[in-house]
Amino acid sequence: MKAKIYITYKDGILDPQGKTVGGALNSMGLSNIQDVSIGKFIEMKFDPKLSKDEVVQLAEQSCKKLLANPNTEQYSYEIMDEE
Amino acid sequence: MKKVAIIVFPGSNCDHDAFYVFDSLENVKVDFIWHKDSDLSLYDIIVIPGGFSYGDYLRAGAIARFSPIMKSIIAESKKGKKIIGICNGFQILIECGLLPGALIINKNIKFLSKMVCLDVINDESAFTHLFKKGDLISMPIAHRQGNYLADSDLIHKLEDNNQIAFKYHSQNLNGSVSDIAGIFNNEKNVLGMMPHPERASDLVLGSDDGLNIFKSILEF
Repeated sequence: MKAKIYITYKDGILDPQGKTVGGALNSMGLSNIQDVSIGKFIEMKFDPKLSKDEVVQLAEQSCKKLLANPNTEQYSYEIMDEE
Repeated sequence: MKKVAIIVFPGSNCDHDAFYVFDSLENVKVDFIWHKDSDLSLYDIIVIPGGFSYGDYLRAGAIARFSPIMKSIIAESKKGKKIIGICNGFQILIECGLLPGALIINKNIKFLSKMVCLDVINDESAFTHLFKKGDLISMPIAHRQGNYLADSDLIHKLEDNNQIAFKYHSQNLNGSVSDIAGIFNNEKNVLGMMPHPERASDLVLGSDDGLNIFKSILEF
């Protein structure tokens, strides 16, 4: 199994990178884009012997303990079979 | 004789500067301590220097926080040992929870390398007692992730408990809330700051205003 993990800024946290890219898109003429925010995408592969519950637990712990900063970031993940 | 440990992570690059400054002062024994070591009980003062530990991967300081030495740093902090984290060291102290808040990317998303002027806010701590409140001191900043972030409750707590050490004077380049450049923990034995006092401790470098921080720690 593998996990696709998404880490994004919490609401209200300044995301200057997103703002700048949003401004650039607007100035290119793509004017109906209201907001751009930039986060991180992490893909993780797991030992095939693990159950789905165990995989969820590992993904959750990884996000909580290291991948996301709880002060500024939120995370979500999808668990799926490897193709 | 005070014993100073300078922690060295893969990617630290201000460790020798900090060593040089302490070594130039009297009655000090300075050692480099590799981040894989695990005992700091013999040291009085711990320096977490600037640099790019682990290449700043993921978030600045996020991975260094899991180095073996961090357990010892946290344990020594509980005993009241003096700990100063400069730049990347400040980021590591925040990531490991010894200091509150967060440091996010600068408001202009650029790496900033400039001389800045700081206001001394607290002149009573182990790190700042040789200054006077309101002193203006100059030293460089060199960071991309130094925009201090805290909610209003935390800012009030920092203000009420006199935990703000330094603020940026007139020019707040990175966007830090309340112009904050350096803070203490609740007990004020841990200082984290983005500007680099070790790079402003010799007039050859354009300023020796930072020297008082190191002298303060030794004389406290």
